Amino acid sequence: MTDTTAPLQARAAGTGWLGRLEGKVSWIALGLAGMLLPLLDDSYIGVIAQRAYIYWVLSAGLNLVVGYAGQIAIGWVSMLTLGAYTTAALAAGNVGDPWHPYLALLASGVVGAVFGVVVGLPALRLRTFYFAMTTLGFATIVTQVALAWKSVTGGGVGTPGPVFPAPFDPGWGFYYFCFLLAAIATWMTANLASSRYGRALIAVRDAEVAAEASGVAKPKLLMMVFLLAGALGGVAGGLFSSLQSYITPDAFTFEMSVLFFIGILIGGRGSILGPALGTLLLTVLPEFAAPLVQWSTFLYAALLLLIVLVIPGGIADLLDYKNRRPLEQHREIAPRPDLLPRLLGERRSGELLSLRGIELSFGGVRAIAGIDLEIRPGEVHGLIGPNGSGKTTTLNVISGYYAPQKGEVRLGTALLPPGAPHLRAPHRIARTFQTPRLIGAASVLENVMLGGTIDGHGSFAESLLTLPRHRRDEVQLRESAMLALATVGLESLANVRADRLQHSELRFVEIARALMLRPACLMLDEPAAGLSAEEIRRLGALIKAISRAGTAVLLVEHHADLIFDICDRVTVLNLGKVLAAGTPAEIRSHREVVSAYLGA
Amino acid sequence: MFLSIVSYGLAVGAVYALIGITYNVMFSASRVFSFTAGMLGMLGGVLGALFINKLGINAALAFVLVLACGAALGIVTEILTVRPVLKSVEQHLYVLSTLAFALMIQQVVAIEFGTEAYPFPVLIPIDANSIWGIVDQKFWLPVLACAVTIAGLEFLYRKTLIGRAFLAIAEDSYAARALGLPETRLRMASYALAGVIGALAGFTGAQMLLAFIGNQAILNFYGFVPVALGGMGSNRGAVIGGLALGLFQQAANFLVGGIFAAVAVFAVFIVVLLLRPEGLAGAATARRV
Repeated sequence: MTDTTAPLQARAAGTGWLGRLEGKVSWIALGLAGMLLPLLDDSYIGVIAQRAYIYWVLSAGLNLVVGYAGQIAIGWVSMLTLGAYTTAALAAGNVGDPWHPYLALLASGVVGAVFGVVVGLPALRLRTFYFAMTTLGFATIVTQVALAWKSVTGGGVGTPGPVFPAPFDPGWGFYYFCFLLAAIATWMTANLASSRYGRALIAVRDAEVAAEASGVAKPKLLMMVFLLAGALGGVAGGLFSSLQSYITPDAFTFEMSVLFFIGILIGGRGSILGPALGTLLLTVLPEFAAPLVQWSTFLYAALLLLIVLVIPGGIADLLDYKNRRPLEQHREIAPRPDLLPRLLGERRSGELLSLRGIELSFGGVRAIAGIDLEIRPGEVHGLIGPNGSGKTTTLNVISGYYAPQKGEVRLGTALLPPGAPHLRAPHRIARTFQTPRLIGAASVLENVMLGGTIDGHGSFAESLLTLPRHRRDEVQLRESAMLALATVGLESLANVRADRLQHSELRFVEIARALMLRPACLMLDEPAAGLSAEEIRRLGALIKAISRAGTAVLLVEHHADLIFDICDRVTVLNLGKVLAAGTPAEIRSHREVVSAYLGA
Repeated sequence: MFLSIVSYGLAVGAVYALIGITYNVMFSASRVFSFTAGMLGMLGGVLGALFINKLGINAALAFVLVLACGAALGIVTEILTVRPVLKSVEQHLYVLSTLAFALMIQQVVAIEFGTEAYPFPVLIPIDANSIWGIVDQKFWLPVLACAVTIAGLEFLYRKTLIGRAFLAIAEDSYAARALGLPETRLRMASYALAGVIGALAGFTGAQMLLAFIGNQAILNFYGFVPVALGGMGSNRGAVIGGLALGLFQQAANFLVGGIFAAVAVFAVFIVVLLLRPEGLAGAATARRV
C-alpha cells in the first residue's frame, strides 16, 4: 500500500523552491526598494514613505480583522489616536515623570492591545452593522476625550510628539525604524495568515458554521486577533506622534479610517501583499496629485462604494490569473477507501453515540418529541423520514447547534455539553451539511486542512513567529489533508479555489474535511443529494468503508436505495418521534413506514 | 441647573430619537441599516442655515425645501447604495455602501460650506415674555417635531393602507411581494420618508446643535444608541431610548464633565449590548444551520 501513496507525499510537500521563490519575488522587490530608498537622499520622499510604513503597521493588523476575519472594524483610527497620545503624553511627562520614548512606544502597544480587545468584544455577539457602529462610536468618543482631557492631551491645542534618540533619530534613522517595524508586522501577520489560525479566521468569515464544527473557538481566536491588531495600531500611533512632531485631535480624522479600510479592500480580502500595496498606493498617490488633495476623501469614499458594489474581491482577485485557467471538463471522483486505514489509524476502538429522551420545541412547534437513538461504531445508521420529521434537527442537537430542552447526548460515557458546537470536534464528532459549507475563496486543500484544526499543537504566538512546533503542525496537516483528499478521490483539485468546483465535488470535499478529525462519529446530512447514480454508488462504498474502519456513521438521506444498500440499522422518524427502528429488511416490510414514507 | 439639564436633555434626546426613527424606517423597508441617518440630520441644519442665512429664503419655505432635499437624498440612497446590495445581505461588506455615500455627501458639504459650525437662525419670531417664550424654542422645537413624527407614523402605520403596506414589507417582504405589493416603490417611499424625518431632526435641532458638519458622526452614533438599546425596528423604543440617552448625557455632562459623559454613554452601550445583543425590548433570533 505504501507504494501507491508515495507520489502523494511528493505533491503534499509543495511546489519546490522555485515555486516558493515565485511567491516571494514581490516581497523581495518591495523590501529592496525600501532598503535602498534613502539612496535618493530626498527627505520629502522619505517622510511620505515613513507615513506609508506607519499606516501599514496599523493596516497589517487591521487586515487580519477585516480581510481575514471579515469584521467591519471601520473606526480603527481610534487605535492610532490612542497610541499617539499615549506615547506623546508619557514621553512629554504629562503624566508623572517623562518616560523614555522607546518605553513610551512600548506602552502604546500595550494600551492599543487592551483597547483592541475592549472594542473587539462586541464583535463576538453583535451583528455586522452593530459592530461597525461600535468601532465608529469608539473613534468618535476617543476624539471627544482627546479634546476634553486637557491636562494630558493638551486639548485642542495639542501636545508635542517625542523625538526618538539614536539609532532611530529623526531622518533616515527613524525611516529605518518605521521600515523595520512595518517589515516585522508584515512578517508576523503573513505567518499567522498561513497558519491554522489564519484558515480558521477565513472560515469564521465565510463559513462560520463549518468553523465551529471543526472546533474553532471563535471568541478566543477573535480576541487574540483584536489584541494583535490593537497592539500594532497602538505602535503605529506612537510612531505617528513622532512623525507629526505635534499632535492635535484634528490629525486623526475619520477619513484616515476610511483610507486604511479601502487600502485593505482594494488589495483584496484574504491577502497580505494586496492590502500592503493598496495602503502604500493610497498614501503615496495624493502626494502626486496636489490639485486633488481637497477631493481626496471624496474620491476615497467613491472608491469604497465602487469596490463594494463592483469588485468585492479587490485587486488580489483580479490578479489571480492562476485560478482562471480552465479546469479539466470531464472530471471523475474516484474515492480510494483503501487509504482509510492510513488516514484514520488502524485498530480503532470505537465508541457508542447515544441519545436519551431528547425533546426540543421551537416556540409552540415540537420539532423533536422524545427520541432515543444509538449509533454503534463500525456501523452505518440510517435516519430517514418525511420532510419536517426532525432528521436534520436531530443532527443539530448532536452537533450542538441546538440545545434540547430535555434529554442527553453521550459519546461512550462522556456527556456532550448541550448547545456548544465547537466542543464537538474534541470528542471526534464530525459532520457534513445539507448545503455544503465551504470557504469559496480558499483552496480545496486549505478547506480540508481546516478540518484538522484541533490537532495542531502550536500556539497563536508560535504561529506569529513561525516557531518549530508551528511548522511541524503545518507539514503534518498538509500531509493528512492530501491523504484525505486522495481518499475521497479529489487530490488533483487540491490547489483549486473551492468555489470553482462542481456541486458533487463539494460534497466529497466536505467528507474529506470531516475525515481530518479521524472521527469517532461521522454525521452525513444528505450527502447524496445532487449526485449522479454512479457517484452515489461510489459514495456508498466510501461511507461503508469509513464505518468499517471503526467509525459510527449517522446517515440522513432521502435516497432509499442508498439507505437500504449500505445501512446496518435504520431509524425512521415521523413528526419528531421514532416511528420504527431495525435492520433495513425489517424497515422495508414495516407497514406504517411503507404507508407513511416509502410508498408501496 | 436641574431645569437646564431637563430641557436640554429632552431636546437633544428628541433629536436622537428622531435619528433613531430614521434608522428604523430605513431598516424596516430593506433590512439594511443605513449609515446615512446622521448625514440627513447634519444636512437638515446645514441646508437650513444655507437657505435662510445665505439665500434669504423665508423660514417656512426653507423648512419645506430642506425636507424635500431630505426626501430626494433618501431616494438616491435607496437607488444607489441599497438596492444593489440587497441580494448580498449575507455578505459582510454590504454595510459599507451607505457609509461610502454618506462620506461622499459629507465631503461635498465640507468643501462647499466649510467645516466650521455656523449659528442657526431663530425660526419663529416669539416675544420672550409671551406664554410660548418661557421655554426657549430651541428646546421645544425638536420635542414637538418628535411628538408630531411619532403621532404621524402611528397614524400612517395603523390607519392608512399605504402604512399597512409598509408594515407588510417590513414583516415579510417575500410574502408581501407575492400579494402583489410593489416592493421596490414602497422601499423607495420608505427611504424618502426616512429622509424627511432625518432632515426634520436636523432642522429643528440646529438652533441648539448649530449647523455643523461634525454633527454627522455624532448623530450617527448617538442616534443609533437608542435603536440598539430599544430593539431595532421599534419606534417607541427609539423615542424612550433617545430621551433617556439625552437626559443621561446632560446629567453626566453637568455632574461629572464631558469626558466621562462620553465614556459613560459608550460603556453603557457596550455593556447592554453584550448582555442583550437583541436590545432591551427585542427578541432573540434563532440561528439557521
